[in-house]
Amino acid sequence: MEKVKENMEVILDAKDLEYRELNEKIHKILNENPNVKKIILKNVLGQRFIGNGIQKKGLIIEIYGVPGGDLGMFMNGPTIIVHGNTDHAPGNTMDDGKIIIHGSGGDVTGHSMRGGKIFVRGNVGYRSGIHMKEYKDKFPVLVVGRTAKDFLGEYMAGGIIVVLNIDNKGNDLGKIKGKMIGTGIHGGSIYIRGKIDESQLGVAADIKEFTEEDRKRITPYIEEFCKEFGLSDELKNKLINSEYTKIAPISKRPFGKLYTPDLR
Amino acid sequence: MIPSTVPPKYRVEVNPDRCMLCERCVKECSWGVYRREGNKIITYSNRCGACQRCVSMCPRDAITIHENPICWREHPLWTKEAREDIINQSRTGCILLSGMGNAKEYPIYYDKIVLDACQVTNPSIDPLREPMELRTYIGKKPKKLEFDFVEEEIDGKRIKKAKLKTKIAPNLKLETPIMIAHMSYGALSLNAHKAMAKAVKECGTFMGTGEGGLHKALYPYADHIITQIASGRFGVNEDYLSKGAAIEIKIGQGAKPGIGGHLPGEKVSAEVSMTRMIPEGSDAISPAPHHDIYSIEDLAQLVRSLKEATRWKVPIFVKIAAVHNVAAIANGIATSDADAVVIDGFKGGTGAAPKVFRDNVGIPIEMAIAAVDKRLRDEGVRNEISIIASGGIRNSADVFKSIALGADAVYIGTAAMIAMGCRVCGRCYTGQCAWGIATQKPELVNRLDVEEASKRVANLIKAWTLEIKELLGAAGINSIESLRGNRDRLRGVGLNEVELKALGIKHAGL
Repeated sequence: MEKVKENMEVILDAKDLEYRELNEKIHKILNENPNVKKIILKNVLGQRFIGNGIQKKGLIIEIYGVPGGDLGMFMNGPTIIVHGNTDHAPGNTMDDGKIIIHGSGGDVTGHSMRGGKIFVRGNVGYRSGIHMKEYKDKFPVLVVGRTAKDFLGEYMAGGIIVVLNIDNKGNDLGKIKGKMIGTGIHGGSIYIRGKIDESQLGVAADIKEFTEEDRKRITPYIEEFCKEFGLSDELKNKLINSEYTKIAPISKRPFGKLYTPDLR
Repeated sequence: MIPSTVPPKYRVEVNPDRCMLCERCVKECSWGVYRREGNKIITYSNRCGACQRCVSMCPRDAITIHENPICWREHPLWTKEAREDIINQSRTGCILLSGMGNAKEYPIYYDKIVLDACQVTNPSIDPLREPMELRTYIGKKPKKLEFDFVEEEIDGKRIKKAKLKTKIAPNLKLETPIMIAHMSYGALSLNAHKAMAKAVKECGTFMGTGEGGLHKALYPYADHIITQIASGRFGVNEDYLSKGAAIEIKIGQGAKPGIGGHLPGEKVSAEVSMTRMIPEGSDAISPAPHHDIYSIEDLAQLVRSLKEATRWKVPIFVKIAAVHNVAAIANGIATSDADAVVIDGFKGGTGAAPKVFRDNVGIPIEMAIAAVDKRLRDEGVRNEISIIASGGIRNSADVFKSIALGADAVYIGTAAMIAMGCRVCGRCYTGQCAWGIATQKPELVNRLDVEEASKRVANLIKAWTLEIKELLGAAGINSIESLRGNRDRLRGVGLNEVELKALGIKHAGL
């Protein structure tokens, strides 16, 4: 069994471990050492469900390699740091906590996220932030460093998505190409650095004026993003003071007038 | 102007000789059919859906409801309904919304299947005096059992003992093969949910939450509740997953295969918003697919993800609508670590579905059970996974026939609602249910007495359970396990060769 060091840190080598074995080991460590602060996973290669359903505030899981799908699904509390890319649906139906991805996130990053934050330094795939929803103090946040594929924030029902549109060095990537942005959106808002055309929006999405109020809203998340990825103050200030396009629902009930009651 | 009103379907009459002007009907009708004017009760028949709340509550039996005998020129193709739908849709330009199950006249195969009974040989059994086993375990069964043989010393003697080596997956233990289907809190009232939860606990069976989350008031019954994960992921958190006895992934619903759900904002009250975990008044939209499931492999991933989140302690079901290739899909599910496959036939009920789906999409549950059972047998996996059938099961004979066709257990939905007072008026989506079942309006919800409704539902399950025991006894079988997939005990009446082949049964007389 891996030994817990005095600083409450454990290193686990995931090499050649099947996902159940790896996750079982993580649970075993947590059960046997309730005070453990950090679990470092080395040589992760496609193992799914890491951090799945773990309820533990303050716990840090640091991953070296590429974790498989559904990273941190149903997770409530921990912080997962990935030094690499992730497969599809990191942060799926996540409740609370933080996922920091130094590479890119796969398709449906932040699927049905209910709370917590996801920071992705690179790109995210198709339909990211789909069906994110908020309720009272539960407020999901997804911040993407580079860009997002089509259908960003589809069926979004709450929370915030920010796309910063910068490359690895912090240079502008140019106009974002994503289509069908916010299709079916009925809650929450999407902020994309730079200009978006109406033709890039999906049904039910609308471009709203980006106000100073909005800037205030997203500033803390940009600051947190820069801190997590060690970006310079200069870049941080540039990101905070840039122009964003705000995309929000036309109404809370996009499909309210779809039906004829079959009453006679 | 083109007059676009459709004539009232019913005609409501209050007999003035019997009526004592107590105005009970005015209070009871949530649809606004009645109004008192001077010494008369005035009726607005066009608002009536024949839910019979007024008739049931009138102390003088003064109310009668007739089909409105208004004449439409007869035509075999252009039926009254066809014409009415066109009038309504051409007025609004919208999708026709409807409630309850398929209302078209497709064959009901249950009614064309007859059961066997013993005569002389293999004598029948009297379940009133002899044990009759209805206990059913739903969940994964091992391929084979392995034992460790150990020698132990007991009282100075060395005795060889067999110890089970195979790890048995968690199963649900049902005292009767009848469960209550997933109908969400939001579509149904909290009182209806409480009543059903109490009833299933009393009967040693289970109910589904639907996709609306689990209200705190149901926590005491959580060990008899199956929670559901649908594409909207409403109310899903760690708590919700670990509270229930099992988790069901809803892929499709028999009443509306291929489309998602849509709880209108007006039904998302403060309480509903709490269990769904979305803001009050906002639409609760479930996308048509799960966007993390685009293939059987993805489905397996969600199954395993849920297993991981619950540390492999909770059975996972997958519910699909009965569609043309249901057998192949069920086989895919069987390979995914899922514990049970739920098949919902095209007569399954719903709170709200586009009429065009309700009446036209999907296949009969009888055919689907037979196809899935056969396919899983052919693949050699039938004994590992359970089959739960639902969609239009009306009585104990339907349950019995479903099991003989190959199901392990059934879900009932509409039948349980009728036990609580529902009259199948099919207007669940309006939120006006006068019986307090499919509504969130507090004054209507309060009409449903939880204790009494729970008693009714429990009575229904108990009555059917008794009848199933009697039917089993008559067939000379003393355990429901021996009935499962025992199609030799079924015969078709008036079915053609293709139908008989699809059902895997012989015709009567053969």
